[in-house]
Order: sequence, then structure tokens, then C-alpha cells
Amino acid sequence: MNAAQRTALTVRGRRRLTRTVQYGVFAAALIALIALADWGRIADSFLQVDIAADMFPAVWTAFGNTVAYTLLAFVFGMLVGVPLALMRVSGFGPYRWLSTVYVEVFRGLPALLVLFLVGFAVPQAFPGVTWPGGVYGQVAIGLGLTSSAYIAESVRAGIQAVPPGQVEAARSLGMSHTRTMISIVLPQALRIVVPPLTNELVLLTKDSSLVYVLGVTASTMELTRFARSELTDTANATPLLVGGLLYLLLTVPLSALARRLETKGDRR
Amino acid sequence: MSTRLVTIRGLHKRFGDNEVLRGIDLDIDEGEVVCLIGPSGSGKSTLLRCINLLEPPTSGTVGAAGHDMTHPDADLDAARREIGMVFQHFNLFSHLTILDNIAIAQRRVLGRSKAEAHAEARRRLAEVGVEGKERAKPAQLSGGQQQRVAIARALAMGPTLMLFDEPTSALDPELVGEVLAVMRGLAADGMTMLVVTHEMSFAREVADRVVFLDGGVIVEQGPPSQMLTEPTTERAQSFLRRVLHPVD
Repeated sequence: MNAAQRTALTVRGRRRLTRTVQYGVFAAALIALIALADWGRIADSFLQVDIAADMFPAVWTAFGNTVAYTLLAFVFGMLVGVPLALMRVSGFGPYRWLSTVYVEVFRGLPALLVLFLVGFAVPQAFPGVTWPGGVYGQVAIGLGLTSSAYIAESVRAGIQAVPPGQVEAARSLGMSHTRTMISIVLPQALRIVVPPLTNELVLLTKDSSLVYVLGVTASTMELTRFARSELTDTANATPLLVGGLLYLLLTVPLSALARRLETKGDRR
Repeated sequence: MSTRLVTIRGLHKRFGDNEVLRGIDLDIDEGEVVCLIGPSGSGKSTLLRCINLLEPPTSGTVGAAGHDMTHPDADLDAARREIGMVFQHFNLFSHLTILDNIAIAQRRVLGRSKAEAHAEARRRLAEVGVEGKERAKPAQLSGGQQQRVAIARALAMGPTLMLFDEPTSALDPELVGEVLAVMRGLAADGMTMLVVTHEMSFAREVADRVVFLDGGVIVEQGPPSQMLTEPTTERAQSFLRRVLHPVD
């Protein structure tokens, strides 16, 4: 290509051409999808209003269980994760090592496998041991163990993001190391990690669908398990759509909240 | 005879291969105001931070406010209650209100009640001339106000010795005066102060003694009238020439 040809298309002109091509491809794909899809069949399998209506009000129990499992696991995750984060930044070596091993193990294992361990392996290996709270306790621990590892890492990052001058000021006033952590560092660190913790809550909401492996009854079923049993009963996919929408009802506002908190955090 | 509040002997501080302090001996008497001057990197701030052991010395001994700071069994937390420190970047607790910034150590360290701590905080705020901002967060204050609150926070612990680490270096020029005024008042009330500063007029006016540090050693010290006008060492002369007449 010589210089004359290159100047034939200005920079702006070239950008406009590229943009037009992108729109064109996008529109063509959309038209093809609309034209080629068998809409009657899709509506038959996904959009049966009476099947959707039949799911109510029973689906609310499942929805409530999803929320409950998520929150229980999150609370357990925080109760374990925050001390782990403090151990991770401790000056005492064995604390650091213990916490590092814990975090690496539970971040490295699939949540499903941990649930199996808590639900089946432990009761089998230690006969007579039962988790408090039945399936709710099993879920809090089974999902919470994995979650605590991620929470610990987030909180550790938050602790390390607190400016060292804050610690120096506290120590110069005579606060002990522990007191400085509790009164000065942790409150600031937790503020910093609210957005990643909100994301963790979104991930947990979805991971709560794994609970079905523990063998749940009608009263302890969460959304995915409930939608699947409806799918089997009705031989129709509409319950999956309803279940999916209910998940989005939880996760989309949470994600939006996390984004807002992130931008708010930047401004501070 | 006045009491000795700071006794430093043979103080060395090394960061890796970099020996920042190379043998410092320094005494400060009760009620004395000492200004530490010197080129950047001369070890002024490190020396200050070695006094309350925010920076543990590599070798040497430090006595401060009646505590043997470098003794292995020293209760540093107890000693630091009596040694106030003011930082270049204020370091106010960003998550707390102005009132709580001043109250928190009183409550958590001295065990004062909330009411007592808040009353003391208000008294100290009046003393440094920051009023009507009790419920504000530090970020809502000007730099000069933040630094005055930081001074109030240190004073509320009832220290016998105050350390100032370049307290006006991070301030806009028009805000320097209000902070220096508070420090001048403190000095007039007889507070023992060690001040790392570049404000030569403040040193001239307020200091009882000016200590010139260069290359990790005390090169020269004396009363400001002598130190700042006719220093005897060549290093101090050249430093002061550069500081006092930067355009020459």
C-alpha cells in the first residue's frame, strides 16, 4: 500500500467503516437467529404460563432456602475468614503457616467435594458426630469452609491496603498491636473489602445450588433442585426459566450494589 | 536541676546496607524545645522515630520520658502514652470522626469513659482552634485543620514529651502559619518538644537549641542565634546557605 492510498481513507473514515461492519455483522446474526429459530417450539418448552403459575407459592420456600443457605455460609465464612486474615498478617509464624495452608487447601478444592466431605465423609469417619442444625448446619459449614478461604484472602488484602501511617499513629498513642488491629485497621479494612465481599455473596448464591447433593426434602430444597424436580414432573423447561429469573432477582441487585460501592470507594 | 527527658547514646540505625544513623548522642531537658534540621536523607525523621521505637534502633540506647526504651523488657505501649507524636501526613484515623480520633486512645488506652474522653477532646480542640468540626471526618478538613487535630489527639493523652516529624511539610504554604502558631503556644506553655523542621524562622524564634544532622551524625548544635547565623562547620554553612537563600 503506498502513501497516496493510505491517505485516501482518513483515520476517522476508517474508524467509521470498522464500526459499520461490526454493526452489520451483529444485525445479521440477530436476524438469522430470529428467522431460523423455531419460536413456537421454544415457547412450548420455556414459556408455559400455567406451569410457571403452578410453581407458586411453593417456589418461595425454595427461594427462601437459597437465601438462607447463602447467608448461613456467608456468616460462617466471615466468622472463620476474618480471624484467618488476621492470622495471615500475624508476626507469629505458625499462625501464618496454618492460615496459608487452610486458604490454599479450601481455595484449591471444588466446593462440591468439600460439601461431600462435610455431608458424608465426616459423619462416616466419626460415627455419632452430627452437625448442628441438620442440613442447614451442614450447608453453613460445607459451603462456608470454601467461602472462608476466599473471604480470608479478600480481608487480608484489605488489611494490607490500610496505610501504614494509620498503624503508626495508633501505636504512637500507646495502643497495643491487638488494639490497633481491632480499633483502627479492621474497621478500615472491612470498608475496603465490602465490594469483593459482595461479589463473594453473589458466588455463594449460585454455589448454594450444590446443596442438593446432601439429599434434601421438600422443605429444605433450594431453587435449582426445586426447578429440576418441577422440570421432571412437567417434562417442560419453564421451571428452569422461573428459577433462573429468581436467581437473577438476587444476584443482579447484589452485583449492582458491589459496583456502586466500588465507585464510591474510589471517590473516598 | 531540670529533669532529662531524652537520653540517646551511640544510636545506630541501618536499613539493609544503608546506615542511616551512625552514632547519635543527644540529651534533651524538660521544657526544652529542640529543632532538628538537615538535608533530606540525613536521618532526622529516623532519629525521631527511634525515640518512641516506631523504628527499632540497630544499636545504642534510648531513654525517653523516664522509660528505658531500648531495654528488652521495656513496656513500649506505656512509654508511648507519655510521648506524643505528630506526623508529616497527619495520619488521622480516616474512619473516625474528629471527636473520636481524639477520644479513641483515651478510652482504649487510658480507660477513660466516653464522656470524659469527649470532654477532654473538646478542650483540646479549643486549644488548637478547631471547633465546630467534632462530627466531621478527617477528609472534610483542610490540611492545617487536620494537623491541628493530630496535635490535639497527641495532647489528649497528657504527654510529657512531644515529637514532631516535619509537621508542616505536607501543607499548602498559607496553612503553615496556623500549625506553627499552635506549636508556638505549646512551647510557651513549657512543653518539651523535638521538632524535625524546614521552617528556619520557627526554629530561630521558638527553639532553645538547633541540632544540625548530616549523613547520620550530629554535625553541629547550639542556640538558634548562633547555629542559624554563624555556624562553625562548613557543612552547616552550605546547608543554611541553600535553605535561607535558595535563589542565590
